[in-house]
Amino acid sequence: MKVKVISRSVDEFTRERSQDLQRVFRNYDPGLRPQEKAVEYVRALNAVKLDKIFARPFIGALDGHVDAVSCMAKNPSQLKGIFSGSMDGDIRLWDLAARRTVCQFPGHQGAVRGLTASTDGHILVSCGTDCTIRLWNVPITSLMESDDSTKSTIEPASVYVWKNAFWGVDHQWDGEHFATAGAQVDVWNHNRSQPINSFEWGSDTVISVRFNPGEPNLLATSASDRSIILYDLRMASPVRKMIMMTKTNSISWNPMEPINFTAANEDGNCYSYDTRKLDEAKCVHKDHVSAVMDIDYSPTGREFVTGSYDRTVRLFQFNGGHSKEIYHTKRMQRVFCVKFSGDGSYVISGSDDTNLRLWKAKASEQLGVILPRERKKHEYHEAIKKRYKHLPEVSRIAKHRHLPRPIYKASKLMHVMADAKRKKEEKRKAHSAPGSITTQPLRRRRIIKEVE
Amino acid sequence: MGESQENDALPKNKPSTEQDISDELDLRIKKYLRGEGANLEVLKDKKLKSQLAVKEELYGKSAKVAAKAEKWLMPSEGGYLEAEGIEKTWRFKQEAIAREVDISSSRNQYDIVLPELGPYTLDFTSSGRYMAVGGRKGHLGIVDMINLSLIREFQVRETVRDVAFLHNELFFAAAQKKYPYIYNREGTELHCLKEHGPVLRLQFLENHFLLATINKLGQLRYQDVTMGTMVGNFRTGRTNVMQVNPYNGVVSLGHSGGTVTMWKPTSSSPLVKMLCHHGPVSALAFHSNGHLMATAGKDKKVKLWDLRKFEVLQTFPGHANTLDFSQKGLLAWGNNSLVQVLRDVSGTQNYSKYMTHSMVKGYQIGKLVFRPYEDVLGIGHSMGWSSILIPGAGEPNFDSWVANPFETSKQRREKEIRSLLDKLPPETIMLDPSKIGTVKPKNQKKTKQEKEAEIEAALEAAKGIKLKNKTKGRNKPGKRMQKKQEAIARVKRPYLEQKIQEEENISRKKQKTSEAVELPKSLQRFARKKAS
Repeated sequence: MKVKVISRSVDEFTRERSQDLQRVFRNYDPGLRPQEKAVEYVRALNAVKLDKIFARPFIGALDGHVDAVSCMAKNPSQLKGIFSGSMDGDIRLWDLAARRTVCQFPGHQGAVRGLTASTDGHILVSCGTDCTIRLWNVPITSLMESDDSTKSTIEPASVYVWKNAFWGVDHQWDGEHFATAGAQVDVWNHNRSQPINSFEWGSDTVISVRFNPGEPNLLATSASDRSIILYDLRMASPVRKMIMMTKTNSISWNPMEPINFTAANEDGNCYSYDTRKLDEAKCVHKDHVSAVMDIDYSPTGREFVTGSYDRTVRLFQFNGGHSKEIYHTKRMQRVFCVKFSGDGSYVISGSDDTNLRLWKAKASEQLGVILPRERKKHEYHEAIKKRYKHLPEVSRIAKHRHLPRPIYKASKLMHVMADAKRKKEEKRKAHSAPGSITTQPLRRRRIIKEVE
Repeated sequence: MGESQENDALPKNKPSTEQDISDELDLRIKKYLRGEGANLEVLKDKKLKSQLAVKEELYGKSAKVAAKAEKWLMPSEGGYLEAEGIEKTWRFKQEAIAREVDISSSRNQYDIVLPELGPYTLDFTSSGRYMAVGGRKGHLGIVDMINLSLIREFQVRETVRDVAFLHNELFFAAAQKKYPYIYNREGTELHCLKEHGPVLRLQFLENHFLLATINKLGQLRYQDVTMGTMVGNFRTGRTNVMQVNPYNGVVSLGHSGGTVTMWKPTSSSPLVKMLCHHGPVSALAFHSNGHLMATAGKDKKVKLWDLRKFEVLQTFPGHANTLDFSQKGLLAWGNNSLVQVLRDVSGTQNYSKYMTHSMVKGYQIGKLVFRPYEDVLGIGHSMGWSSILIPGAGEPNFDSWVANPFETSKQRREKEIRSLLDKLPPETIMLDPSKIGTVKPKNQKKTKQEKEAEIEAALEAAKGIKLKNKTKGRNKPGKRMQKKQEAIARVKRPYLEQKIQEEENISRKKQKTSEAVELPKSLQRFARKKAS
């Protein structure tokens, strides 16, 4: 007879001293865990609900300007510094960590319309409706020290006066050129008081300009004649032009895929384009109920933030048709400018109510130091949420957002209008000769033509 | 699955030992794969297909890793009992086993003789550390099984019919003369569940925190012990045979008519009603994998059922008062003073005799319970309770986060919170729990041709039935013809009914539309609306 039975001595399975860690034994046999799928589903449901509970995206308001905030610029060399310009000509440098003004620049006579910083972060370029471009030396030490007493004021390093009012400015990546938008696109050098180059295509005002992050000589502009134009600094003439049905207010390049850019349009949608193929948008990002004023990509290139005239800030996936997050407060008015922070974890919005607002990029993210166990738990929750996201209950909770009443009603109305239009189109199609009416997808419908 | 392809690709002329090792690994991987992978060939969406293919590959990999990690994570080997030569395993006496095993294990063989307080019933916690005992005459107690110390015993001076632990050893429920009560470990009465009435059997569903009871009036009640809400109350028919299927949480009842019914707390009619015996059902047990059920009837039969097909796998002759499956799938079977243990030797659900144990003549076995994570069988009988060794019954490796026999009080508190967070809603109790988290397939409408083909096939089947030869007078050709025609008519009937129903629906719709189209369209908006 051969016999063996399970026998466990207590010493083997418990700790020896009270300082020791408790011993842990694992057995991953699925048979020991009945109904594991149901348990996992309940956990996913709880994780989604917890996400809702912890969704507190608003961190704080940066109060200081006396007029609407019209433009912002990130400081590429410093994570916590951000420049903002207001409609009364005031320019400020903010410390985001302390949420206060570090330095106040005397600014312009009229409104500041454009701000940008050089890639090394030493020079700030501002332009405004007073037909001047001002270059400022950024005080780097004041951010480092960050003591309350010194609210230093600085004189501009140089002032260039030009013929027309400016609407926007953007600095070249890794270079010393910058481009301004106004009656035409002017390309400037730091050291010259006259533009080194000027581009024009059509006679209307250019309202925004943005350099490509990958190819430093390529820039995209949008004009009030509803066009989006691509320029190359090495060529004498523009590269490409595309006319849409409505005006584009702002453009942002995807920093990770620099061939793609997204245009914030007056009709409340954002359109992602591939530069090589401008006759069709890659994706239409719908959800805003009023004109989108500004757009900025996250440094990861996976998402972007938009600010709109409907008083909300929305976050989109780079390939998502609808927003994944909406930020609003009772006090926030029409949003003129938005920026992602340099590390992609915060969003800053500037609005008509003279405040800059700081938001979390992930609404329910836990701030502060995260212990390894906490991080593991968050990762587990992410994984199960992803696994069960298609189930009706989970997706219902995950998608639900509380909206301000006017926006809720407006979006409902827009939905009804779009539906009616679609139905009408369908009926018209059904009652006409087959093939005589072709419906274009929305990706193509809003584009009038592409010119080369 | 990427895994199996990889293994197929290996050269065939391996040495036999290596082949054996890889076969064993395959077997273990299969356990962790949790069923077959999705069939990706039928998918048309290329993107989805590639995404799922990646996922399937990951599942395969993780199963392989888990199987390989077994070697280090699960060092203990299970118990076994092997016969040599002409010996038979069921001839070995408990004394002989006690002589061979170590001292600490042999302490698990004992008889507690308490003749006055009459037949005892037992229950173990899920970790197997604690045991609750209930004597018919009102004797309740909790025993720590590791150091064999009595934690508490008390007398309730009332009939006690059943005891059951709640989620941990701190609370247990006892079915007493008029009502069930919940006690804590110190023996303090915490709750009296008056709504349940005179309860015969109690079971606790650990994942759902539900206490299921069946009372003398045949009412099956589910009570949520965390909130105290009564989740379900159904009339079933009087019985004292109740068992929870641990795989899906479905409660099964054995009735005096020989039927077994299965219940979930969200429907008032049983999920399944199956005729198992020609006579009252006396005991029920479920294998932990959920596919195997053992039933015993007063018709001197013990049957093993496959719950996937609801078919009998095996039938054994004999009475059984109580049945229980162990974690490793041994089936214990108690009758009068004899305990038999059956084993599935080959893994093909073919049970055969493994061990027997006879108590002192005159002891009536009332309850058999295997102790989880141990090779021990607890026996509650008319003269007290006993415990015997059944090698190979328990799972040798426990998981500290699932059920830990060496749990400290801090760990217990932690676990209580965690299990409360993972508490399942009662709706998750269903026959196939793997359905949770899947998407319902679209029900496709059959085409006309398919319908016709179906009817045709059914008619053919009805025509092909061979009639039995009946006694003289009933076997006339005319009668046979008539019977055949009746069978055909019976087959046709549901299809005809369906057709009539559909036609009715269509005509009703037409009527509705015709009512609406009485007026010309341009005038309709001026019509007065009917008061509804």
